[in-house]
Amino acid sequence: MSQTIVQQLDVQGLACPMPIAKAAIAIRSMQPGDRLEVLATDPGSVPDFTAWCAKTGNDLLEQTEDAGVFRFLILKG
Amino acid sequence: MTAEGTLTATDEHAIDELRAEIAAHEGESAKHTKLVIFAWSGDLDRIWPTFILATTAAAMGMQTTVFFTFWGLFPLVKNDVRITGDNWMQHMMSFMNRGGTEHLGLSKMNFAGMGPAMMKKLADEHHVASPQELLEVARDLGVELIPCQMTMDLLGLAKEDLIDGLAEPAGAASALAEAQDAITLFI
Repeated sequence: MSQTIVQQLDVQGLACPMPIAKAAIAIRSMQPGDRLEVLATDPGSVPDFTAWCAKTGNDLLEQTEDAGVFRFLILKG
Repeated sequence: MTAEGTLTATDEHAIDELRAEIAAHEGESAKHTKLVIFAWSGDLDRIWPTFILATTAAAMGMQTTVFFTFWGLFPLVKNDVRITGDNWMQHMMSFMNRGGTEHLGLSKMNFAGMGPAMMKKLADEHHVASPQELLEVARDLGVELIPCQMTMDLLGLAKEDLIDGLAEPAGAASALAEAQDAITLFI
C-alpha cells in the first residue's frame, strides 16, 4: 500500500459544516487505502473529524495541531 | 468460570446470548442511516440550520432528504425572481414575502431586514457558509430536495420560479414514505 498522501484539502478559515462537507466531497473520488490530508482552523473540526471518520468507515490516522492549525490524516476505508 | 479460569458451558451460553444481543443492536443503528427534514419555515434562522444538518448528514453518508413545505418553499425560489403567482393574492404574497436565499428574514430581531444583514456580516466574519453556499454543497452531496406540490399550487410557485437541481415536486405521502425508517426533524 502506498504511504504517500494522495490528496490535500485546505479548509482553513472555514466553519462548520464546511470542513466535513468538503472532506466528504474530496474523499469521494479517492480509492480505499488512499490518504487525505486536511488542514483546518475550526476547533470544532477536532471532534467532528473523529465522529465523521467513525461513522463513514474511514480511519483517522493522525491528528496534530500547530499554531492553531489542525492537521488530520485520513485513510479512506 | 471455574477456579482455573476456563469457561464452563454456562459461560459459553451467556457469551452467545450477549453476542446475539449485540447483533440485534447493530441492526438498530444501521436503520438510522437516513435523515428526512421537513422544512416548514422560510426564516433564515431555521433554513440555515436545516441546510447545515442536511449537508453534514449527507457528508456522513446518510441518505438525506429535505421536504420543503409552506413557508419553507420560499428559500428555493430563484434569487432574481420577484413576483410569483397567477392572481393578485399570490402576487401580494410574493411581494410581502420575497423568495430566494438572499431575501430571508429572521424569526426574531428581524428589524425590517437589519437583523439578517447583521447576521450575514457576523457569518462572514466567522467564515460561516451562507445558506446559498450550503444549498449548493447539499446538492453536490446528493441531498434530495423535494418541493411540496400542494404548497406550489397554493402559493403560486411554478417549477420555473424554483432553483435547478430539485427533485420532482411531491406530496405528503412521498415525504412520509421516505421518513418511515429515517430520523426525522421538523424545522
